[in-house]
Amino acid sequence: MTRKLSLVWLNYKQNKVIYWMALPVVLYFLVFKYLPMYGAVIAFKEYTVGKGIWGSEWVGLQHFQDFFQSYYFWRVLKNTLILSFYQLLFGFPAPILLALLLNELRHEMFKRTVQTVSYIPHFISLVVICGMVVDFSSRDGLFNSIITFFGGESSALLSEPGNFRTIYTASSIWQELGFSTIIYLAALSGINPELYDASMVDGASRLRRVWHITLPGIIPMIVILLILRIGGLMEIGFEKVILLYNPNVYDTADVISTFVYRKGISESAEFSYTTAVGLFQSLVNFILLIGANRLSKAVSDNKLF
Amino acid sequence: MTIKRTIGEKLFDSLNVLLMVLLIIITLYPLWHVLNASLSDSNRLMAHSGLLLLPDGFNLDSYKLVLSNPSILSGYRNTLVIVVLGTALNLLFTILGAYTLSRKSFMLRNPIMLAIVFTMFFNGGIIPTYLLINNTLHLGNNLLALIVPGLVSSYNLIIMRTAFQGISESLLESARIDGAGEMRILWRIVVPLSMPVIAVMILFYGVGHWNSWFSAILYIRDRDLYPLQLVLREILIQNSTDSMTTSAAMGDKEAIGESVKYATVIVATLPILFIYPFLQKYFVKGVMIGAIKE
Repeated sequence: MTRKLSLVWLNYKQNKVIYWMALPVVLYFLVFKYLPMYGAVIAFKEYTVGKGIWGSEWVGLQHFQDFFQSYYFWRVLKNTLILSFYQLLFGFPAPILLALLLNELRHEMFKRTVQTVSYIPHFISLVVICGMVVDFSSRDGLFNSIITFFGGESSALLSEPGNFRTIYTASSIWQELGFSTIIYLAALSGINPELYDASMVDGASRLRRVWHITLPGIIPMIVILLILRIGGLMEIGFEKVILLYNPNVYDTADVISTFVYRKGISESAEFSYTTAVGLFQSLVNFILLIGANRLSKAVSDNKLF
Repeated sequence: MTIKRTIGEKLFDSLNVLLMVLLIIITLYPLWHVLNASLSDSNRLMAHSGLLLLPDGFNLDSYKLVLSNPSILSGYRNTLVIVVLGTALNLLFTILGAYTLSRKSFMLRNPIMLAIVFTMFFNGGIIPTYLLINNTLHLGNNLLALIVPGLVSSYNLIIMRTAFQGISESLLESARIDGAGEMRILWRIVVPLSMPVIAVMILFYGVGHWNSWFSAILYIRDRDLYPLQLVLREILIQNSTDSMTTSAAMGDKEAIGESVKYATVIVATLPILFIYPFLQKYFVKGVMIGAIKE
């Protein structure tokens, strides 16, 4: 240990400037990333602002128990998982499918046009997108006039718990579909064209070429992104939930992060309790990430770390 | 090499094109609808239902209301400050971090890198972060609270470090022999050689600041300090267009409120859509650089 330290000291003396240049960034991460991790000990305490983190009393796992036994536990856990699962089930394959279809387009100009247009929604802010969704979902909004045109009945779409997941997922796909394809198209362009030529000589049909050349070419990318997605399974884009939901649809829309935000900051200030809830979420996420990575390493040799 | 297409393939090609045209329509129509609604006469818009293919009774009144609204104007101003100052500081910190962490002579680079990557997957949570910024650092109600906590994004740091690592070591070595210090090497050689990736960073950080609203909800209390997105949230989501329609009669209020909302969307989105064609290729480049696995 001391040997190592003296090595670092030697290294410091030779590269003083580098060490000083790195200092601001190191300090930033210590203060804004690691200090909150330390601050998370209040999950095990009865924190009050007056007493501070050190002065507050330990209560062990009390807050975790309270959360697990509360009425909200199942509701927010279920909503978080279902909403994430919807995103995974529909949102994840959509850009892959689009990339494959774009790849099959023969007309280069047309392909570029489709791409350019499909990126646009990504650049519009979430607040504006959600504003549009809220407006279109209102009783006399665009969605309802389409629904009534086809003989349906108009209703306040965003006030019904049954609609929230669909609206959330569909609008997310609308916004991010095009932009998410970029990464797959990049992977596709890396496939050796000789493979296609060879397969054509062998008389492979187009479907077979997609199946045996194109798809395998992007599988590593798919797996990496899938691991990342699973690692973030519990961290549903809650900013969007906050923008879209209202008390009428808490039954299906309230997720762990929004619950933490409401009970911890916006409606009441139960700091310790909500920190415990947030910590539970981070922990499950981390376990899922490591699990997904292990699994992927075992079955496909692709891994994130 | 062209091979004659079978009937099945021709059918697939046509279906594919059709699908893509449909995608274009679904993507663009909502935006077109909003644009038309914002240009429509508010009373006729109220009566209208269904698709809007053209404005219904051309009228620019709602734009006048939006553009003279003090909240929108102060929102624009605050957002501009945040975007410019924030992005400049983001760049400074990210460049310093990426450069030092790309230097092989820096013994601590691997442990520090590991500690940084760890924060991408695990964090203290929003409550401890909120308490730190609001109660410990007392940055509440200060635009700095929207800038300082996000000085460096680990993801962007990794992208830039990868780019810096690609610069030939011998080039830097020869500068060192000529007596250039680390600072000089960074600003005179490494940064000028990395302009493309720096442009991407400016975009990522800049657009991030432009779109951000949640931290403002957490930390900003004064309405004068609201960034644009928070003002938009009030108008679009919480439906409070009252401040702009005070002079209107009760019945008209609702109608004007509707078209004001649409005009607000356009006013808030137009700047981005205008520069979008120029940004696009850089974003694509950024995503691709980010995709490189080490």
